[in-house]
Amino acid sequence: MERIRTPWAVIVALLALTLAFAACGDDDEEPTAGGANTTAAADGEIKRGLKFVSMPKQLGNPYEEIEHGGFEAAVKELGGTHELVGPTDASASSQVPLINSVIQKRPDVLGIAGNDPNAVAPALRNAAKRGITVVGFDSDVAADARKIFVNQASSEQIGRDQVKILAEQINEEGEIAILSATANATNQNTWIKFMREELKNYPNMKLVKVAYGDDDDQKSFQETQGLLQAYPNLKGIISPTTVGISAAARYLSSSDKKGDIALTGLGTPNQMRKFVKDGTVTEFALWNPADVGYLAAYAGAALASDLITGKEGEKFKSGKLGEHTVGKNGEVILGPPTRFNKQNIDEFDF
Amino acid sequence: MPAEAVIERSDRPAGAARARELLGRWEVLVAALFLLTCVVGQSLSSEFLTAESFTTASLDLSEVALMALALALVVVAAEIDLSVASVLALSSAVMAELWNAGLPLELIMPICIAVGALCGAFNGFLVTRLGLPSLAVTIGTLALFRGLAFVVIGDESVTDFPVAWTDRAFGNFAGTPIPNTMILFAILAVAFGVLLHATPFGRSVFAIGANVEAARFSGLRVKRIKMWLFVMSGAVAALAGIVISLRNSTAAANVGQGFELVAVAAVVLGGVSIFGGKGSILGVVLALGLLGAIQKSLTLAEGISSYWVQIVIGTLLIGSVLGPNLVRRAREARGSIPTRRGKWPLRRAATPNAPQQ
Repeated sequence: MERIRTPWAVIVALLALTLAFAACGDDDEEPTAGGANTTAAADGEIKRGLKFVSMPKQLGNPYEEIEHGGFEAAVKELGGTHELVGPTDASASSQVPLINSVIQKRPDVLGIAGNDPNAVAPALRNAAKRGITVVGFDSDVAADARKIFVNQASSEQIGRDQVKILAEQINEEGEIAILSATANATNQNTWIKFMREELKNYPNMKLVKVAYGDDDDQKSFQETQGLLQAYPNLKGIISPTTVGISAAARYLSSSDKKGDIALTGLGTPNQMRKFVKDGTVTEFALWNPADVGYLAAYAGAALASDLITGKEGEKFKSGKLGEHTVGKNGEVILGPPTRFNKQNIDEFDF
Repeated sequence: MPAEAVIERSDRPAGAARARELLGRWEVLVAALFLLTCVVGQSLSSEFLTAESFTTASLDLSEVALMALALALVVVAAEIDLSVASVLALSSAVMAELWNAGLPLELIMPICIAVGALCGAFNGFLVTRLGLPSLAVTIGTLALFRGLAFVVIGDESVTDFPVAWTDRAFGNFAGTPIPNTMILFAILAVAFGVLLHATPFGRSVFAIGANVEAARFSGLRVKRIKMWLFVMSGAVAALAGIVISLRNSTAAANVGQGFELVAVAAVVLGGVSIFGGKGSILGVVLALGLLGAIQKSLTLAEGISSYWVQIVIGTLLIGSVLGPNLVRRAREARGSIPTRRGKWPLRRAATPNAPQQ
């Protein structure tokens, strides 16, 4: 006994203990999630006491905070409980560990804005297997990994509208650039695809560069600076991300090209108010992000209450938004984007 | 029995000293913290001590765990490799590109590992041949390799890998709650443990980390050994890139951002001295267990933001660099251990096989 290497023995014992713990944990899962607190609902009504989790692409993004605020507001109306769970960076796989833990918490509904449509898919399919209703919103995930996807507006309309707004401001001619989020952000890439389509209608507008600010304020700021230096004839920038457009506006408002370069894209009125009033930005667009989250929560509740299954043509009540219909591939569209300018910006507070 | 009693009595002072030494051992401290985390984790969520927690927590840490093994050797040799997560991304990108080009995975995987080894050799070349500090070199290649990854596949992500392989990376070993990736990790952990603690190569690594001049004068081929360490680190990071791509069924250039910091945290938390010359693979394995438990317990708890994972890991990282220094200073001030200040003015040099005692 004297010769046993005590530290090793202790450590091996500890590890064995842990493994034993792990092995004897409750392996037999209940087939359905939540369950315990939900009360049976009358036909056609949303169950009360549903447990919701919503997962943004990344914590600390003001736009997403508004979206998930809307989600939470809807959950309150629906009499459920809500928890926000999100990663600290927006890389392709950062949501996977969190989804895995969320599954263990067994919520009824998981609302998610995917960082990468496929990286999260295996974990989400696993969630569905445990009876958790998965609803995508803002940025879609693989179609077989969620039941419904709530889209802000049709991707085509969003992409084309941004080009139209910019075209009005620069008289349909000159070099333009796009300042996007991360290089593989699903929604931005889809919009950019339609922007390129729409640009075919404006032969004198030339897209010279798509830059990526990674939804990081500092990086977006630097990319804007880089665009102006690399393309001295640049006439306009489209930034289809709230982080990008406000960083670009901040750079332009302090540069001597303020007013010479048109900036538009997707921003929130609160972030952009200052730049619209000081003339850096004439007009930009957005839907109400709070409504995106709000609608996603209602869609999730309807699914979890077995009122709908996610098939095309099904209708569900969406609280203050009225009623929405499930479209192709389980997609639900919120509505057309709103344009914000000097005349109307003070009517909005988000 | 009387004979034994005599031995026991005569051993008592030595036994007490050993007990103190045991309690002072870093690995025991990490293991104790691990147990503490388990208790706290279970009190935060009743889901904590379950097979599923073990499976997902270890699966989620797979890539960091693999990278930390090779990184431990680099750090023992008083160097660092911060480019590992970028090599992982480059490997993932190369894998995607070659898969798009129609090559079979069985051929792609060795190519990816070769690319990783090449990245490591590039780091090693800059450090050993040009004499640049590895901290600066690998911060540079952290950006460089990540950039290359984006050049290789841009904003695409490739997802149509064969299910047989993705299942292998995502699945568990033979019906147990142990993920396949952990089996891979265990094999590599044993391999690196043997390499570091039971071979002349490993002893050379400790010698270089403890005192590079002394190592050189005693005839060790310092540059060649360091070169091998960087090559291994690159190759293992590339392997981790393959694992993460298959496990998530997605190869993309932006995977694994920030993994280098968690890997460094695991290495330093595992008792590998950031100044080189000290450390053990066992410590790193325990530290990985601790990190996994912390991540799991915090993500399972209701209403705790994932920022706290970073805060706790950051605090532990500082604590694990600061702790041993404070303890040594306290001991030196009390005069309870002989110092070698006269000989080694900067720090107490470890003998090559000190960590094994």
